[in-house]
Amino acid sequence: METNLCVAGFGGQGIMSLGKFLADATCNSTDKNVTFFPSYGAEQRGGTANCYVVISDGDIGAPLGDVMDDLIVMNGPSLTKFLPTLKKGGALFINSSIVPDQIDRDDVRLVKAPVTELALEMGSAKVLNVIMLGVYVGYTEVIDPAIVWDTIEHKLASKPKLLPLNRQAFEKGLELGRAQR
Amino acid sequence: MARVFMKGTEAVAEAAVRAGCRFFAGYPITPQNEVPEYLSRRLPEVGGVFIQGESEVASVSMVYGAAAAGTRSMTSSSSPGISLKSEGISYCAAARIPMVYANFARGGPGVGSIQPAQQDYLQATKASGNGGFRMPVLAPATVQEAVDLTVKAFDWADRDRTPVLILADGVIGTMMEPVVLPEMKSDEEVAAIKESKRSWACVGHKLDYAHRSWIEPGQWSTAKMQECNEKAAAMYKAWEKEAMVEEYQLEDAEIVLTAYGISGRIAKSAVNLLRAEGVRAGLIRPITVFPFPAAAYDHIDYGKARAVLDVEMSIPALFVEDVQAAVKGRCPIETCLCSGGNIMSREAVLAAAKKIMEG
Repeated sequence: METNLCVAGFGGQGIMSLGKFLADATCNSTDKNVTFFPSYGAEQRGGTANCYVVISDGDIGAPLGDVMDDLIVMNGPSLTKFLPTLKKGGALFINSSIVPDQIDRDDVRLVKAPVTELALEMGSAKVLNVIMLGVYVGYTEVIDPAIVWDTIEHKLASKPKLLPLNRQAFEKGLELGRAQR
Repeated sequence: MARVFMKGTEAVAEAAVRAGCRFFAGYPITPQNEVPEYLSRRLPEVGGVFIQGESEVASVSMVYGAAAAGTRSMTSSSSPGISLKSEGISYCAAARIPMVYANFARGGPGVGSIQPAQQDYLQATKASGNGGFRMPVLAPATVQEAVDLTVKAFDWADRDRTPVLILADGVIGTMMEPVVLPEMKSDEEVAAIKESKRSWACVGHKLDYAHRSWIEPGQWSTAKMQECNEKAAAMYKAWEKEAMVEEYQLEDAEIVLTAYGISGRIAKSAVNLLRAEGVRAGLIRPITVFPFPAAAYDHIDYGKARAVLDVEMSIPALFVEDVQAAVKGRCPIETCLCSGGNIMSREAVLAAAKKIMEG
């Protein structure tokens, strides 16, 4: 069993953190093989950013596959670019605040979450990635949510003030993901 | 030991520290930047020294000096930066200075591209500087293997007083994977390593002419220069029996994929998929690309094998030259290539293998 995930958006949306939280949690809590591979331009903000996470019971070949089992798109251009890589029957997670939810494929499962709006409502645009991570984990149950939260908590250890907001964001995402199962 | 999730560059840097490396000098270039970044913080914690030199040439020369003084020393770079270091590497080889360096290779030639590639194979294995010297070249396919080979590199360098190159690429450098790190050498062990080099290194000697150490990147006497090269050549020959290789599903293979580094693991995953579809595929993945594990290619059953498929992220194909020399015309060799910073696609490897089997 191998799961190939691509997370795509623009720089500043926390694309890399989203992928790393998931991969790190898998490393910490299972004996599965897992890879994280980043791909980005030279820009710090505004450029395209995407990353790949592969979780497997066996050896992992390429840390970025040709065909994705799951795809998370956080902005419009990423949908155009990466939708063709999603396998038939794969799960497509979109940031429905800014990504049009009319997609030209009817052979994939669409999971919608308006994470930009939700993050702003919570008081910080920055947590949109943590909401989406919650949606993904809630929908796929690829890994125990408690372990993902432990990883986030550990990464934010030096910034304890951010914990309540991130907790709220993660819980909201889980709820949205589970509701669309 | 618990496994930790680390980026390839940082894992190599931490492995170096644990192996007793206490000096690093380097210069920034993508995609190896996290090596100096990590060591700038880490080396001072263990009483080591980190220097960002004013250039690649200066950095490698600092490593030459530190290693000549008996300290386990390292530098790293990516392709164009490695070219600049070639002068210092050749000096280390000539003076028989043990040092380790890593190439997280990117696209080329020239400035090339900042994305991963395997275009430096011939430079790494045939001529990493002037003067016809050779050195062990280790090519990891996973972050764990990069860690293990880093430790091996320091031991090999010290044992034979030679530079050792870790030939990685931008994928191995930037990807994260679970790793189990080696034990940290104690301060006593690190000091003992340095002391063990007293017979030749500048570790502090009496102020008399007879006991001084001489570090000589060349010889004034032609007879002595030839003698040095004869000794080195005998050492290179002796390394042949230390070649490392992964042979996978070779016994009944009708098609044998061969690749090193990142392409090696992608080829292996292609072998698994081909086997699942009933295609008898096998793999030869050199782990040392110098010394080259030529004997592994004698294990192919040429009565069964229709072709060897060379898979590499380089155009033109470079690794294929060593494969040709090892296969010795016993079956056709086909290639599956990409370049420019594009990463080898498993689908492309599968398609190339199937084309051979159907053809």
